[in-house]
Amino acid sequence: MKHILEFEKPVIELREKIAELRRMTENSEMDLSEEIITLEKRLEKLEVDVYDRMQPWDRVQMARHPERPTTLDYIEYIFSDFLELHGDRLYGDDAALVAGIAKFQGTPVTVIGHQRGKDTKENIRRNFGMPHPEGYRKALRLMKQADKFNRPIITFIDTKGAYPGKAAEERGQSEAIARNLMEMAGFNVPIICVVIGEGGSGGALGLGIGDRIYMLENSTYSVISPEGASSILWKDAGLAQQAAESMKITSYDLKELNVIDEVIPEVRGGAHRDVEYQASEIEKVIASSLKELSSMENSQLLEERFNKYKSIGDYAFLDL
Amino acid sequence: MLRDFFSKKKRYASIPRQEAKKDVPEGLMQKCPNCQKIFYRKELNRNMNVCPHCDHHHRLNAYERLEHIFDEGTFEEWDKHMISSNPLGFPDYEEKLEKDRLKSDLNEAVVTGRVQLNGLDTAVAIMDARFRMGSMGSVVGEKITNAIEKARKEKIPFIIFTASGGARMQEGVLSLMQMGKTSVALQRLHAEGGLFISVMTHPTTGGVSASFASLGDYNFAEPGALIGFAGRRIIEQTIREKLPDDFQTAEFLLEHGQLDRVLHRHELKKTLGMVLEIHHSGGEKT
Repeated sequence: MKHILEFEKPVIELREKIAELRRMTENSEMDLSEEIITLEKRLEKLEVDVYDRMQPWDRVQMARHPERPTTLDYIEYIFSDFLELHGDRLYGDDAALVAGIAKFQGTPVTVIGHQRGKDTKENIRRNFGMPHPEGYRKALRLMKQADKFNRPIITFIDTKGAYPGKAAEERGQSEAIARNLMEMAGFNVPIICVVIGEGGSGGALGLGIGDRIYMLENSTYSVISPEGASSILWKDAGLAQQAAESMKITSYDLKELNVIDEVIPEVRGGAHRDVEYQASEIEKVIASSLKELSSMENSQLLEERFNKYKSIGDYAFLDL
Repeated sequence: MLRDFFSKKKRYASIPRQEAKKDVPEGLMQKCPNCQKIFYRKELNRNMNVCPHCDHHHRLNAYERLEHIFDEGTFEEWDKHMISSNPLGFPDYEEKLEKDRLKSDLNEAVVTGRVQLNGLDTAVAIMDARFRMGSMGSVVGEKITNAIEKARKEKIPFIIFTASGGARMQEGVLSLMQMGKTSVALQRLHAEGGLFISVMTHPTTGGVSASFASLGDYNFAEPGALIGFAGRRIIEQTIREKLPDDFQTAEFLLEHGQLDRVLHRHELKKTLGMVLEIHHSGGEKT
């Protein structure tokens, strides 16, 4: 484990200690089997304590984990015959967003997702998964293609946000995102969105209008990063931890707020511990919702999509 | 002695009596932040809150705008009594709402309804930056969505005047999802051939800029309005360079192909009237 998060340190340390005792026993320096059994029991309890009671801030860290599986990792396990397609036909190709056609359990689909890098070099190439307008316009181009050829659309959301840069503004970052929101509302094919890491604001939503929205257990989805919120609201970026709690950004919060359909449970300790297993859990969810959505008439699909968004929000009326 | 009496030198500062103070109403005069000139507020109001000296467009509140642009006495307000709850239980949110309600005399940051322009019916939404910086929470999203839906069902156009700092943080992801809600409604209006005109006024940023504000069949903006996705400070920090002064202004957007026209406030009524009239004369989907 190269990257250890602060909150999981006790687990990692205990795990290392057990491994060491085991080594000593194997080398028959002394017999520590009894101690090992005791410690393993304690480890089991500790894991439950640490991972099953993760605080919002712990999940933020987990969602940002450098080893967290990315869109392309999941594509490899979940789809076959993935053919990546490039460019928006208007300006360029944005490596912060990948898209292409593939087969999902034999059914042709279009897959689109934000793409972070795995190391510094790749992160620079992929702009840390923060798209420019051309990224959103590539996505739109390929979603229109999916609509034309009646292929369901599956999107993976994993971005800190759309890139806040000069060129992005000049080329219409707002318009590119806005256009996707509106167009996604009208496609006559099922759209399934899965938040796999960070769901950062409008940049996430730009791939996020669909019939079913799922979140991996340790992913987040928010209107602004906890750091951004605390610096704006309380003029102190150091209160990010508190903001993470107040803003209600975890998968369970969003389920409770009726924004997402389901939380996809993660491997204990985070998706990166077993990518293959995690991918199979995502696959199951996609399979069942695709089956359900594919049987719907187009008009019903669009009507339900509208109702889904219409129902999000909470308000009251003034007593007169 | 006598000389002293005629001296122009004032020895004492004059302090106006309490009653005299009352004679000068609060905010009688106003200083233009752009040209620094001082003039009567009345003069400014008569000129639709456009500076008589430098043409700087000052803020116009929702009801003032209604009055300036639409036919007198034709406005019928919708959802007037809809107010924000505090869905996340966010600290201090309710106090802030109450303060803005008292300050602005509005119940929320947008006013919606049906109105006429040169005798033609239209649905309208006017955002007001005095209320929580015009930020979009559940109520703003719901009211705009309702107005779009009414426009669709009644087959009338929908005009919005945006003025917003973006999504409202105190309602978290629910605010973000209002971008989705309004855009999904616009798609339905669009699919049925409905007309949507967006007029961006100062400021139109963040989630509002990245949803309905940018989705008009016609996208107009007032001169000098700040329009953009990300905040200037964030961008400067990210790219580590100073941005030009005109960055993210209406004129900047026009130059980069993001707007149909920049419209002086004095031209707004005439231009909107022309567009409505052209659409009314034909070309609608049958």
